[in-house]
Amino acid sequence: MEFLDIFLSANFWAASLRIATPLIFGVLGALICERSGVLNLGIEGIFAAGAMAGWMAVWLGAGLWGGVLAAALTGAAFGLIHAILTVPLGLSQHVSGLGVTLLATSSAYFAYRTALPDVTSPPRIVPFQPLDIPVLSDLPFLGPVLGQQTALTWLALGMVVVVWWVLARTPLGLAIRAVGDNPDAVDAQGLSVYGLRIGAVMAGSALMAVGGAFLTMSAFDAFFFGMVNGRGWICIALVIFGSWRPGKALLGALLFGAFDAFQVRLQTEVGALVPSQVFLMAPYVLSIFALVIAARRAEYPRALLTPWFKGQR
Amino acid sequence: MIRIEPRTAPSRAITLGVPVLAALAALALAAIPLALAGADVLGAYVLMARGVFGSVFTMTETLTRATPLILTGLAAAIAFRAKLWNIGAEGQLYLGALAAVAVGTGAIDAPPMVLVPLVLLAGALAGALAMAGPAVLKIRFGADEVVTTLLLNFIILIFVQMMLEGPFKDPMGLGWPQSEPIVDNAALPPLVPRMRLHAGLIVGLVCALVAHVALARTVWGYKIRAVGENAAAARHAGIAVPRVLMGAALISGALAGLAGVGEVAGLKGYLTADLSPGYGYAGIVVAMLAGLSPLDVVVSAVFIAAVFVGADSMSRTIGVSNYLADLVVALSLLSVLVGGFVARYRMVWVRRG
Repeated sequence: MEFLDIFLSANFWAASLRIATPLIFGVLGALICERSGVLNLGIEGIFAAGAMAGWMAVWLGAGLWGGVLAAALTGAAFGLIHAILTVPLGLSQHVSGLGVTLLATSSAYFAYRTALPDVTSPPRIVPFQPLDIPVLSDLPFLGPVLGQQTALTWLALGMVVVVWWVLARTPLGLAIRAVGDNPDAVDAQGLSVYGLRIGAVMAGSALMAVGGAFLTMSAFDAFFFGMVNGRGWICIALVIFGSWRPGKALLGALLFGAFDAFQVRLQTEVGALVPSQVFLMAPYVLSIFALVIAARRAEYPRALLTPWFKGQR
Repeated sequence: MIRIEPRTAPSRAITLGVPVLAALAALALAAIPLALAGADVLGAYVLMARGVFGSVFTMTETLTRATPLILTGLAAAIAFRAKLWNIGAEGQLYLGALAAVAVGTGAIDAPPMVLVPLVLLAGALAGALAMAGPAVLKIRFGADEVVTTLLLNFIILIFVQMMLEGPFKDPMGLGWPQSEPIVDNAALPPLVPRMRLHAGLIVGLVCALVAHVALARTVWGYKIRAVGENAAAARHAGIAVPRVLMGAALISGALAGLAGVGEVAGLKGYLTADLSPGYGYAGIVVAMLAGLSPLDVVVSAVFIAAVFVGADSMSRTIGVSNYLADLVVALSLLSVLVGGFVARYRMVWVRRG
């Protein structure tokens, strides 16, 4: 009946890709951090800080790409805090990450409330518009799917290729992977374990923040409290599901997006029979399910969560 | 150059001083956002202090706020001692509150002597149940409990909303999604006349004392510490690690569930979906400030509660956003983490030779 129609509609696939976009940024960011050996639970807060900073920059007149840059720099700054605490100081990655999430979230909320003390309806910006790419938009079926996407979705897809290429094909990527598996070997080669890990955490955090900025600058056009709504934690689950590989992580994010888009459409079909909250719960249940499936065969980067100190084996 | 080397044995002064200094550092760092917001910084601190110590009312308010934080702080402390990362206290709190409402809104008619313990028991069981799932997934499937407990927080909150719009909805609630009120016989009585402070505080203090004795003086506590310090060695020594983890998980969840009972049966009187302003997450900060020691949890819970009460009062007076309190809480966590590093290591001047 209607179920098949859902999968045949271009709008459904366009929505899937849209929902997946912030997750693609977040999963790539978390993946880079973890490949270097650092779990970054700051992600949930960095999403919020990126969403806020990007939106605020545009609202102050920096332009849309200025907003993306502001978000990335904000993310990198919070990443630096996490990196300093967990890499040279070797402190608990769990606790530091949660601390960064609390700090980034409350900073974002405090800054928003300070800039706009008594607004009741959040001010809006003109967000990224769908990008009309000449040849692609004319393709049958794919045209309407891709034609609805904004520049940030294209950036996310491009970043998948970039991150894959850097990690798999460049000396830098080899060094990042090595530092997450065997930091002693990297140190023996004369490379800086601290430098590689700090750099990876900052770069990954910048990507997470751009994922947050997608929410306020493309998916919506304003900043709301609580708008991240667990997307960061879902990304942490998707990294494990995607076994720390950019391609598989993209697949995981797209599957998740498709599922979420599907449940929204299902809700309109059978909404009278089932309470709406059942559908709201579904993405989180799905993430736990994906985690449980992947957990058994997960091959964590071998030095993940293990601090490394110079001159100490 | 400076070399960093471990201290042989951190002195008592350091283990006591670090959390105090960390708390002060967090308060001092809050001057930066205060100044950026254009506030009179010193005046704001005076207002915060007055908001906490100004009157008997403000002091009982601080203890009222500390009550759920003691329980969620204990929940985090016990789990973290076993290196079990229960970040799900927020959800466990809500499920505990839901169970309290299920039992305490008239379903059972009994005198307070029976009904109050029953409501507490129901909340503790519900909280334990909420943590049993992630614990089983960790032990059986190796699924990371950080992610599962975090995601479960969202699932439980939506579930509570569903219940409040469905079977638990108060028909007299004018359409608002809230539960029926807790009956008088199930309510935790107030401790000070005309104040909001309630017997939940006693529950929290008793739990802290029991947790302290259990961790420090019993075989069970020894096993938890052994598993937390080195799971492989504990297994070697013949400790049934999964069983110890499961026990820590259930106790941890039960404590967070009790926090929910206190809020609903002691303070609010009915359940809404905005019962907790993040007490579950703040409990992690409380536990870390306390160095995961149950008795110190009480002290750090009062500190964090004072930050919330003081910032609320200050923000009402001079209009600085009360998200400042969340900033101080976050800064406290990061400061105590760094402080822990300072306590464990010392810097030594080394001449290059």
